[in-house]
Amino acid sequence: MRVALFIACFNDTLFPQTGRAVVELLERLGCQVEFPLEQTCCGQMHVNTGYEHQARPLLERFARVFASAETIVSPSASCVGLVREHIPSVAQRTFELSEFLVDRLGVTDVGASFPHRVTLHPTCHSLRALEIGDRPQRLLEAVRGIELVELPGAQECCGFGGTFAVKNADTSMAMLSDKVRQVLDTRAEVCAAIDNSCLMQIGGALRRQRTGVRTMHLAEILAATE
Amino acid sequence: MSFPAAARRSLADSQMRHNVGHAVEVIRAKRERAVAELSDWEALRTAGADVKARALVTLPEQLERLEAEVARAGGTVHWARDGAEANAIVARIASGHGIDEVIKVKSLTTDEIGLNEALAARGVAVTETDLAELIVQLGGDRQSHILVPAIHRNRMEIRALFERTIAPGEALGDDPRALAEAARTYLRAKFLSVPMAVSGANFAIAETGTIAVVESEGNGRMCLTLPRVLVTVMGIEKVLPEWRDLEVFMQLLPRSSTAERMSPYTSLWTGLYPGDGPEEFHLILLDGGRSQVLADEVGRQALRCIRCSACLNVCPVYERVGGQAYESIYPGPIGAILTPQLSGFHDGTTLPWASSLCGACYEVCPVKIDIPTVLVHLRGRVVREVKSPAAPEAMAMRGVAYALRSRRRFEAAQRLARLGRGPLANAALHRWTAMRDLPEPPGQTFREWWSERPIPPTHPRQQ
Repeated sequence: MRVALFIACFNDTLFPQTGRAVVELLERLGCQVEFPLEQTCCGQMHVNTGYEHQARPLLERFARVFASAETIVSPSASCVGLVREHIPSVAQRTFELSEFLVDRLGVTDVGASFPHRVTLHPTCHSLRALEIGDRPQRLLEAVRGIELVELPGAQECCGFGGTFAVKNADTSMAMLSDKVRQVLDTRAEVCAAIDNSCLMQIGGALRRQRTGVRTMHLAEILAATE
Repeated sequence: MSFPAAARRSLADSQMRHNVGHAVEVIRAKRERAVAELSDWEALRTAGADVKARALVTLPEQLERLEAEVARAGGTVHWARDGAEANAIVARIASGHGIDEVIKVKSLTTDEIGLNEALAARGVAVTETDLAELIVQLGGDRQSHILVPAIHRNRMEIRALFERTIAPGEALGDDPRALAEAARTYLRAKFLSVPMAVSGANFAIAETGTIAVVESEGNGRMCLTLPRVLVTVMGIEKVLPEWRDLEVFMQLLPRSSTAERMSPYTSLWTGLYPGDGPEEFHLILLDGGRSQVLADEVGRQALRCIRCSACLNVCPVYERVGGQAYESIYPGPIGAILTPQLSGFHDGTTLPWASSLCGACYEVCPVKIDIPTVLVHLRGRVVREVKSPAAPEAMAMRGVAYALRSRRRFEAAQRLARLGRGPLANAALHRWTAMRDLPEPPGQTFREWWSERPIPPTHPRQQ
């Protein structure tokens, strides 16, 4: 299957390892991955902050860049949410990675091996915007050697919320404190999610507090082999 | 004060955070159980949303039907353009009877228009009879929750307040029953002597002219039946077209608000009944900015709200900052979309941004108000209608949008971001690193890796 990768601008810039993992994983599963280099940003930050008028050229640009793609896959639930809601011409062809793996490729066991204690933060957009449900959970459960532990209060927001994290930094931090405490309560080595934006928030505090707990995108765990 | 500043002040109050955090956790779990009992909950939500939406698109007609039916049943209907007009009408009714003291049923609408203060200024004393409202009133405090206005106070604080005010010289102890008894003794004297009561309305039925008030304590029932004169102030959006519509809301409201199958007290009255209840009934229909909200096709769904407070209880922002940070009688997610719409936007409007858009509120709303969508819509309106395009944020957003509109500029911005400068870095860094680390900027962007990697060998399965 030919797949166009929509990387999301912050992954491209700050989390290239996630993109590399997605490519590795999809190729391992027999997909032919393309990366349209003209892509920049879907416009989510502008839309959600109230600057939709400035985002419009970005939305149009996205539709143009991916016009000929049959299937678009992205390792960001919140960006896929934006595309689904605001870019109708590609909405039906754009999938979040775990959706694509489970629904389109029909796999839950992707042949990964990751012998570590892991907890999953499901993220608000995957739960309530895309309704991805337990797909990431099922993918992780099939990973060899993994010890998956449930995150208490998993459904609660980590406090990122895009520009919310800086516009309402104090409130964001209060929400984050509870999330970090819950992650630590699991005694997991790794906190995973399907969105690096949430992981940047959670991981930022885990690092600042020198907890030793790592954050990893789901794709990076699924790409890992023995 | 801006929401971020008010929130910062509230976040520093650890007693409040403990009280609110504990209370919403309890209510949340109870609501989930109460809702799970009904197999047709989703259908009820849809019905609730549809009935309200229909009432709103036919509002003039419904209000005229209501007016005619209330008048037919012996009531008097008044129309108030704004809070000042409504307050003046209530004051005029009181002074017409030489009344200088009124008792109140818990009512958000009268708090929205500042009725208590307006009456006090005209020499009319007001006593709140809802226990939590009384606690707020006695303490000179501000409400922090739609349903449980004193949710930010615990038993010990209330005990100290009562011993200072309504039960001077008594040692009440920490038993909730003793505290409730002190309030009961104080209020009972009011119920039996004060000649006028003011209430709000949960619903008003256009078809029959019936007003509905649901409550837990029975104090509202006392106010609605004992005084000679009864005045109800209701926002025009509270009207329901038909009597049968009540059936839907009598299931949605108690389960969403108090997590009960039915409210302990449901009072329904239609005008006057000779020899029973008040001798005079006035209904004041308040616009107070609602027509203006109705004109906004996206924002108008906020008028469907039935004031259940389920959205507050699940909101991760409300849970941390409490209700007072919203500086409005309507706090939480619904407040963040209702308050700015009712009171109008200004340069300092920050409430639409008081949310991480996590969507928990929409999930529980019994009338399916898509609060995250309305929040984003209102953010856009505030930015376009009142924000200065020269504000630092607007300039930054413009700069970032410009960079993102071309591949060449985006790639240049990525290189700058790696050096810790440029529009991408500035947008991300602001107020972030005070409390969180940023990821180490990688040596290579994804697209650089992609462009440099050898062409992948064709996978065997593709051959």
